[in-house]
Amino acid sequence: MGKLWLICIASISILLPFLCNAFSPETPTDRRVLVLLDDFAIMSSHSLYFNALKSRGFDLEFKLADDPKIALQRYGQYLYDALILFCPSVERFGGSIDVAAIVNFVDSGHDLIVAADVNASDLIREVGTECGVDFDEDPSAMVIDHIGYAVSGTEGDHTLIASDDFIKSDVILGGKKIEAPILFRGIGHAVSPANSLVLKVLSASPSAYSANPKSKLSTPPPLTGSAISLVSIVQARNNARLLITGSLSMFSNRFFRSGVQKAGSQTKHEKSGNEQFLTEISKWIFHERGHLKAVNVKHHRVGETDEPALYRINDELEYAVEIYEWSGTSWEPYVANDVQLQFYMMSPYVLKTLSSDKKGLYSTSFKVPDVYGVFQFKVEHQKLGYTSLSLSKQIPVRPYRHNEYERFIPAAYPYYGAAFSMMAGFFIFSFAHLYSK
Amino acid sequence: MSNSSTSDLLKPFKLKTKQQELLISILCLVYILAFITRLFSVLRYESMIHEFDPYFNYRTTLYLTQHGFYDFWNWFDYESWYPLGRIVGGTLYPGLMVTAALIYRLLHFLRFAVHIREVCVLTAPFFASNTTLVAYFFGKEIWDSGAGLVAAILIAVCPGYISRSVAGSYDNEGVAIFALLFTFYLFVKAVNKGSLAWGLASAFGYFYMVSAWGGYIFIINLIPLYVLVLLITGRYSMRLYVAYNCMYILGMLLAMQIRFVGFQHVQSGEHMAAMGVFFLMQVFYFLDWVKHMLSDTKLFQEFLSITVTCAVAAGGIALGVGVASGYISPWTGRFYSLLDPTYAKDHIPIIASVSEHQPTAWSSFMFDFHILLFLFPAGLYFCFKRLSDATIFIVMYGLTSMYFAGVMVRLILVATPAVCLISAIAVSATVKNLTVLLRSKNKVAQIGSTKGTSSAKASSKASLDQSQPFQKNGAMALLFGAFYLLSRYATHCTWVTSEAYSSPSIVLAARGAHGNRVIFDDYREAYFWLRQNTPPDAKVMSWWDYGYQITAMGNRTVIVDNNTWNNTHIATVGRAMSSYEDEAYEIIRSLDVDYVLVVFGGVTGYSSDDINKFLWMVRIGGGVFPVIKEPDYLVNGEYRVDKGAAPKMLNCLMYKLSYYRFGEMMTEYGKPPGYDRARGVEIGNKDIKLEHLEEAFTTSNWIVRIYKVKPPNNRW
Repeated sequence: MGKLWLICIASISILLPFLCNAFSPETPTDRRVLVLLDDFAIMSSHSLYFNALKSRGFDLEFKLADDPKIALQRYGQYLYDALILFCPSVERFGGSIDVAAIVNFVDSGHDLIVAADVNASDLIREVGTECGVDFDEDPSAMVIDHIGYAVSGTEGDHTLIASDDFIKSDVILGGKKIEAPILFRGIGHAVSPANSLVLKVLSASPSAYSANPKSKLSTPPPLTGSAISLVSIVQARNNARLLITGSLSMFSNRFFRSGVQKAGSQTKHEKSGNEQFLTEISKWIFHERGHLKAVNVKHHRVGETDEPALYRINDELEYAVEIYEWSGTSWEPYVANDVQLQFYMMSPYVLKTLSSDKKGLYSTSFKVPDVYGVFQFKVEHQKLGYTSLSLSKQIPVRPYRHNEYERFIPAAYPYYGAAFSMMAGFFIFSFAHLYSK
Repeated sequence: MSNSSTSDLLKPFKLKTKQQELLISILCLVYILAFITRLFSVLRYESMIHEFDPYFNYRTTLYLTQHGFYDFWNWFDYESWYPLGRIVGGTLYPGLMVTAALIYRLLHFLRFAVHIREVCVLTAPFFASNTTLVAYFFGKEIWDSGAGLVAAILIAVCPGYISRSVAGSYDNEGVAIFALLFTFYLFVKAVNKGSLAWGLASAFGYFYMVSAWGGYIFIINLIPLYVLVLLITGRYSMRLYVAYNCMYILGMLLAMQIRFVGFQHVQSGEHMAAMGVFFLMQVFYFLDWVKHMLSDTKLFQEFLSITVTCAVAAGGIALGVGVASGYISPWTGRFYSLLDPTYAKDHIPIIASVSEHQPTAWSSFMFDFHILLFLFPAGLYFCFKRLSDATIFIVMYGLTSMYFAGVMVRLILVATPAVCLISAIAVSATVKNLTVLLRSKNKVAQIGSTKGTSSAKASSKASLDQSQPFQKNGAMALLFGAFYLLSRYATHCTWVTSEAYSSPSIVLAARGAHGNRVIFDDYREAYFWLRQNTPPDAKVMSWWDYGYQITAMGNRTVIVDNNTWNNTHIATVGRAMSSYEDEAYEIIRSLDVDYVLVVFGGVTGYSSDDINKFLWMVRIGGGVFPVIKEPDYLVNGEYRVDKGAAPKMLNCLMYKLSYYRFGEMMTEYGKPPGYDRARGVEIGNKDIKLEHLEEAFTTSNWIVRIYKVKPPNNRW
């Protein structure tokens, strides 16, 4: 009996890697997540967050950030679908991981959560810079808000702030409104103006500023007001999703459980919004929401079904594409009324909004413009929170063939008449000239 | 010379056949000579297509043989001029391709399983051989068969013609010179004979010429000019009337069948002279008839002045209204640049940038014509001495084409047949006179019975000069001198053909340090790499010179090519090449470019590379986009690539792509690294970093460098 049990376990452990689904275009949700920690105490102090992830089916692997055995890839294959860096003070990663490795990890389509904190190491700052955010250069600076702080038992230095300045997007933050403010204590950052992809999800209030709370403020703080971002996200061009925050403690059990009352506000919430906020945003980060796919791109002439190799000018054509959204478990039809198709050659010649049948099928029909050249069917659907859909399909448009023009034009009948009467006249004239007399 | 007409009294019949045998064998030898002298390149390299344009012609011919005529006629090529595409069937002269395809079909019908490439390679030599035959008949028509034979020999080896008709030079000119000369010959024949049949034949010759080359403009302007000269000099005749009207009307109708020409033939300014002369001919005919009807000369004079004034006024008004209403298009820039050599330089940089459009240097006249340059005036003298309709034609052809040859290097080609014919007249007439002198002492009796006016004149001269001493020796010395010159000519022609005109320019050859031959096959290496390593729909951006080769050999889509029909598109590429990298990247992205190809000669010392062409890119780009300014790339009006170069020059895309990683390379012993051998300087920017492009391939001698365009930054 025990032997059978052993065989069972062995076979499961062999099959396990094949059974658990990794990230793939068909099931885009992440599965294997590597969590790098400064020390293992975080495992227990942040267990609520980790347990929430585990309960959604993620396979978390906890390692110390300076563990010499850690590696992101082996034999050219990535071992993980996502990486969580809860190691704000690490100076050097162990194993083969460095900033370039993390950047490559992201550039090959994997997700990343970075939590920095006060006294964040240069390494973590560098990761932030690569992702398009700049942490406050003063290592001991914190976000201070003398108006929007969270009321607590002792009058502190107002570094524990309660923020509710969210980005307005149901896709990123979930359909349910987050009622309670978010507790935050940590370093602030600014999004790089050169980066067009980074978004502030949670901004500080206009009264906030970033400075060292222990020292006297002698110079104006470099980061002030709502330019300070508390939590930022990036959706890279390859749809890898990144989350950067300056507070590790906002993930902690203590912040999850504690009640919150924003200074100046009468409502006291039993529970802070941290849990809801971070859970919802992790769903977005790990592609459980807002992930689109376009399949079955079809185009053909009206009345035909086969896709031609090229069109002729003034052809009537139909274009259809199916767009689905990943719900975390299955592909659901994506419903929107602003998906547009361009018929594009250096500039869009035709720009049409695709009509949807609410079952995921988007279609339209139009007439090819009277211009020949190499056109593209382009669908550039970039909507906040959703993965960017960028479909382009090249299709040449040729002019008429020599025998595709109208053979007889009514307007030319006088000319035909002239030609034939001329011929007849010439014949009669020659005949008369030669044979008269 | 073969045509020894002095002794045909004795045995007329036998000698006649002997003479013809000699004639035919000489013609056969010339025919073969013309063919084999053009085979240097095949023997030295291999059977391949040369240069740039021939690759397009080859590609279209291949398409024609594979898909048939109608698909060729309607071919919309989306691999060139991305994303505009090109209607190939409507924008080329199909004569060459159709000719080659017909030869190919014929050979296959005869069960010769040749590849179309071999046919294409040998088409130009074959037509050069045919041209020698036409030259013989033309010479015979305007002078006598002796002059014809000399003309055939001269044109068979003349470098001016060989330059465009060596094996592998599969270009329009290869068949067009044959068509040009043939049309002229048929027209002169028609004028001489006054027959409708020859006029019809010349119309068909003209049709073939129109189908083969844009140079037909020369015919349609030269012939009216010639007719006008005949009219002015009072040589109007019924023969001329029949020949010209038949040729013009039928030729025009036929020419309009070529899609590329179409209604231009009745609508564009270049063709209006022919139409004007056509109407003038009718006026002349009418006047002739009136003159015939009226016996009163005074009345006729008045009538004449009124009619001519009215006709000219009507023509002028018609032309003015046509131009003003836009029905008649004005002259194109190319035509202007022919009439005024400085026009292109000031207004159309794209025409001026082509080396074969430069004004001709004296040396290249010497190079291409050798002694013909001196025989040409002599021939003109003989022509003027014996003016006829035919000699007037050849004189006009010679003089006008000589002028055009001076305007543009490539038009030496058009002048070559005329120069050969006129020189042949000089040689033939001189040699004939001399031989008559030589023979006169022995066979005085026979001299008087020669046929042909020139011989008669010569004999009368001979009898006058009979008293002079050393006359025979003098004639002998002159004859030897003439033969010496002619043999020098033959040697020169062979040397020029072998050294200058037989290199395919796609494979470069140089002498190594030990005098051995070094072959640089970098172009084909690069195109082969493109074909093998890039996705089939990849778009390659390069300067337009290489467009045809990339599509034909690399089988990849190009942005611009040698068919320079869209100046804006070329200017966009020029702008990209002369901008900073990040600006260029925007343009490159907007054109969907995947690869950028540059040609670089700094390692090998190959001087016609992109850095040396770069100022033209700046000029052409700046002509459309004024943000590109030529002075930004110059230092005190000087074009430099070394340390003293302009900062914009050192950081523009073309400089970066050409010299990327070059700074660390030793090219020549005793020189610092990064020494550019093509320009003989050490480059100014050795630390080149590319941000948006990455090196994909560099050929073994660095002549072609291909860069891949990176996708936009993933996280920014």
